[in-house]
Amino acid sequence: MRPEPHLIDYAIILLYFAFVLGIGFVLKKHMKTSTDFFLSGRSIPAWIAGLAFLSANLGAQEVIGMGASGAKYGISTSHFYWIGAVPAMLFVGVFMMPFYYGSRARSVPEYLKLRFDEKTRGFNAISFAVMTVFSSGVSMYAMGKLLQLLLGWNFTAAILISALIVLAYTSLGGLTSAIYNEVLQFFLIVMGFIPLVYLGLRDVGGWGGLKARIANDAMVHSWKYMGHSNANPMGVEWFGMLMGLAFVLSFGYWCTDFLVVQRAMAADSMTAARRTPVIAAFPKMVFPFLVILPGMIAGVVTSSKLHDTRAEQGIIAGSAAQSSFFTGGKGIIPPKYDAAGNPVKADGKVVLDYDLATPMMLVRYFPSGLLGLGLCALIASFMSGMAGNTTAFNTVWTYDIYQSYINKTASDQHYLWMGRAATVFGLAISLMAAFVAKEFNNILDVLQLVFAFVNAPLFATFMLGMFWKRTTGHGAFWGLLGGTAAAATHYGLTLPAGAVPGVKGGYLGPILHVYPSEMAQNFWTAIFAWVGCFTLTVVISLLTAPRPEEELKGLVYSLTAKPEEGGLKWYQKPATLAVIVLVLLFGLNLVFW
Amino acid sequence: MGFDIRMPIGMLFTLFGILLIGYGAATQGSAMYAEHSLGVNMNVWWGGVLLVFGLAMIGLTRMRR
Repeated sequence: MRPEPHLIDYAIILLYFAFVLGIGFVLKKHMKTSTDFFLSGRSIPAWIAGLAFLSANLGAQEVIGMGASGAKYGISTSHFYWIGAVPAMLFVGVFMMPFYYGSRARSVPEYLKLRFDEKTRGFNAISFAVMTVFSSGVSMYAMGKLLQLLLGWNFTAAILISALIVLAYTSLGGLTSAIYNEVLQFFLIVMGFIPLVYLGLRDVGGWGGLKARIANDAMVHSWKYMGHSNANPMGVEWFGMLMGLAFVLSFGYWCTDFLVVQRAMAADSMTAARRTPVIAAFPKMVFPFLVILPGMIAGVVTSSKLHDTRAEQGIIAGSAAQSSFFTGGKGIIPPKYDAAGNPVKADGKVVLDYDLATPMMLVRYFPSGLLGLGLCALIASFMSGMAGNTTAFNTVWTYDIYQSYINKTASDQHYLWMGRAATVFGLAISLMAAFVAKEFNNILDVLQLVFAFVNAPLFATFMLGMFWKRTTGHGAFWGLLGGTAAAATHYGLTLPAGAVPGVKGGYLGPILHVYPSEMAQNFWTAIFAWVGCFTLTVVISLLTAPRPEEELKGLVYSLTAKPEEGGLKWYQKPATLAVIVLVLLFGLNLVFW
Repeated sequence: MGFDIRMPIGMLFTLFGILLIGYGAATQGSAMYAEHSLGVNMNVWWGGVLLVFGLAMIGLTRMRR
């Protein structure tokens, strides 16, 4: 059957929209200074900041992408959560937050300015701002395409309406509004996905039944087949996994990306800021069950009643539409179709549209009513990701670009106004990027590749900056550039198996190494970037004059007093909570090893 | 700052719960439950969970004061 949302489903979605906007309107009167708008007046309790920390990262691409990855690789996808997020979240909370929060920096680039120099901040601020608006555009495009394919909604209307709602509540209520809505969205995503997992698991006969149906041992173990890259569907071995994903990429994202760090900076005290990512780590640990399991289930269940809706929407024409949407698909995951409506094939095998795994699960298991809630969860994840990008962008733009380079001496009211204006034009650029992506898919692939190169070395800079007082501004800046160049060079000289030189790598000419998968190539690109940045930063720092220690107080580990924890109960101490998370994490890895 | 976020969350989920329970009761025995949710009227059941969750959130707001 075609997923036909009824009145009840639309009522649920509209009710959600009304609440989201209402929160923005009520908060408007609290936005008096730029600090209120960009940093929530540093007054957010730890649990709220913690859930927002998690939710800001939980965009639609995360929900859809992890479902797709679950369908493709199985339970090993949980590495992206268990080792690829949680340890870094604990680290940023326990060890790095004292410098982010304690230095009173208003953004991550501003910390770089305090610790290093203007050029390092400028490089990070500009690359971050550009990256944020474009990745927001990419996810808008993905969501618009999805809603169009799944429900027959108009692409333009779908992304325009969601962008306008996000625009309204973030420009009215600033970061507080984004954070409050992220908490709401967190509960919606959880409450929308639990029944999906429940019904799916019940249908296949629980975890045992799912294992039996998947009938591929490598897809139901996370570590057992990581010994060699040929043994598991990801094509990655344990070293690349640990070093590339768990260390470089994960720490690079969770410890340095302003999108998430901003939520902790808004917390109401130093201990609350340190607890923020640690609190977020608890739900993060169980999210694999909500987002990965649906993808895995989608690969093994069937439904005769799902049919092709694309002919009705004029996406494909004529004869191709006569054949079933799912011919050649796997479970309820349909094949990918080209513009003419024929299944895309590679090496004689049909290419599956894995991104539809989770959405198809909603259509398969949710009756009208619950379907509204499920769609709401999907739209909520989309909006929370977009709002996260928007608030991070308007802060970096206003404080680190506009106030630093364009207009240094304006009144606080002017910067508050500029923050609202940046919200508008940031979203406008994202929207344009989404429409460009619709026409020229490759442009954004290239952009995302460039962003990956810029991001990969970041953690080396922050780690050296925070824990080695000898690191200098010149070392940091040239190290970052060198790390980016190392990433681009490694990527340009290698290819994943079966790919042609171009956006997939190998553009520099000679192919020195062929990786078993794109994922392996990405992990190793990150490793090269990190090592390049680390080495270059150390060498140049040793060759340049150090900053006097006086200036580095509160910015570097060895020159900063340990945070006071005297009056705290055991469950309020970030380090104690982190140890509990680590024990649970170890248990989860053992159970699903 | 502002207001207690648990209040709007509680209100929204309470309304969702009432809507789903009402819709589920009205569509009891509909073929869509057999087709989608394994014969279970998930609207009523999950609506109930949402209602309890929503009321609990509102209750937490009250307790604080």
